[in-house]
Amino acid sequence: MSQSTSTMGNEKVVSSRRKFLKTAATIAGATIGYSWLKSSQVLLHAAEPKNESLPWYGIVIDIQKCIGCGNCAKACKNENDVPKEPFFFRTWIEQYTVKNDGSVDIVSPNGGIDGFEQRVPTEDIFKSFFVPKMCNHCSKSPCTQVCPVGATYESPEGVVLIDEKYCIGCRYCVQACPYGCRFIHPVKKVANKCTLCYHRLKKGLAPACMEVCPTGARMYGNLRDKNSEIVKFLKEHTTQVLRPHLNTGSKLYYNALSSEVR
Amino acid sequence: MKFYVPPQIPRLALAFGLFITLFLVLRHFLVPDTFGKYGHYRAASLIDNTLPEIHYAGQQACFVCHQDIEDKKAQDVHSDIHCETCHGPGEKHVVNSKVEKILKPTGREFCGSCHALNAAKLKSAIFQIDLYKHNIGKNCIECHNPHQPWEMKK
Repeated sequence: MSQSTSTMGNEKVVSSRRKFLKTAATIAGATIGYSWLKSSQVLLHAAEPKNESLPWYGIVIDIQKCIGCGNCAKACKNENDVPKEPFFFRTWIEQYTVKNDGSVDIVSPNGGIDGFEQRVPTEDIFKSFFVPKMCNHCSKSPCTQVCPVGATYESPEGVVLIDEKYCIGCRYCVQACPYGCRFIHPVKKVANKCTLCYHRLKKGLAPACMEVCPTGARMYGNLRDKNSEIVKFLKEHTTQVLRPHLNTGSKLYYNALSSEVR
Repeated sequence: MKFYVPPQIPRLALAFGLFITLFLVLRHFLVPDTFGKYGHYRAASLIDNTLPEIHYAGQQACFVCHQDIEDKKAQDVHSDIHCETCHGPGEKHVVNSKVEKILKPTGREFCGSCHALNAAKLKSAIFQIDLYKHNIGKNCIECHNPHQPWEMKK
């Protein structure tokens, strides 16, 4: 009697375990399959734009043309009323100097607004170049993904914007941006960043930094229009985005980017 | 056949119902108007972002009055440089040119912000001058016309 009960009990355990394993395997398989499909979608270059009547903005910065004059950073602060203190920037310039001994010297005095004084003697330099930095307007941006209230988003034109009325100033996006392009506005106490001069774009004007760049090192344009200047440039040059391994879907392409740039 | 319903079920159902109703009412008042129209954000915020005033007018606005400078500039190496690169934000001047004067920068440091020697500047990108050797003590614009740098004065 006692033997048969225990057998029955075992059978029950076995059948429910089998059921459990089946369910678990189905769920795990479905999850893996879904994420596999999803990831192959994610790997697509700069996500498919939805609204075809609007432009889909991308940016090109040509490092070979940048002369580090600082006009872009200055104009950006003027145009967007960015605080003048040297730690608030929507765009800034860095000078990289690779020395003959292999070490790399990176400087950005006041974001490059006042220009650069060459501080490594020419005979010690292997190569040197300027890298202007700004928001990459990623199509899969980490900053918009972490916002707990939906106060930062990608506009239908592919510009990453902030809703200042809705932002709670939690700083989550500031630490999420892998390019360091965000800050908390000291007066408004909300997140602030490059808007690609959205207010100017809508009026048909170029972003302030591109308006004032004397050498044409910066370029913006409609990635959707296959005849646009920017698409032509991207076709003809070997460009690279910053930190491609992070798969942020960056739409800021650098021409002649060196591997030293971080 | 009559099902036995434990007495806590209707009470729980009521509690859940109240909770869900409360949630829906709160949600109605807490979610802003245009939220979710295009995505997980307030669609009205797109308009808010177009509201800031512009400070840089763009050089087409300059040429409306300063056609002569446009013609001059077009003949020399500064032709691709927009007015506000050197003259600073000009929208106020465009709106009220009598009161708001445009910046006219002078000085070796100002020209040097582009033209000073630096190993990071490609020679093909910009003409560079050693500010510590080239005509020390003289102001650049004493010889060069900034709109036409190679049309030397004197």
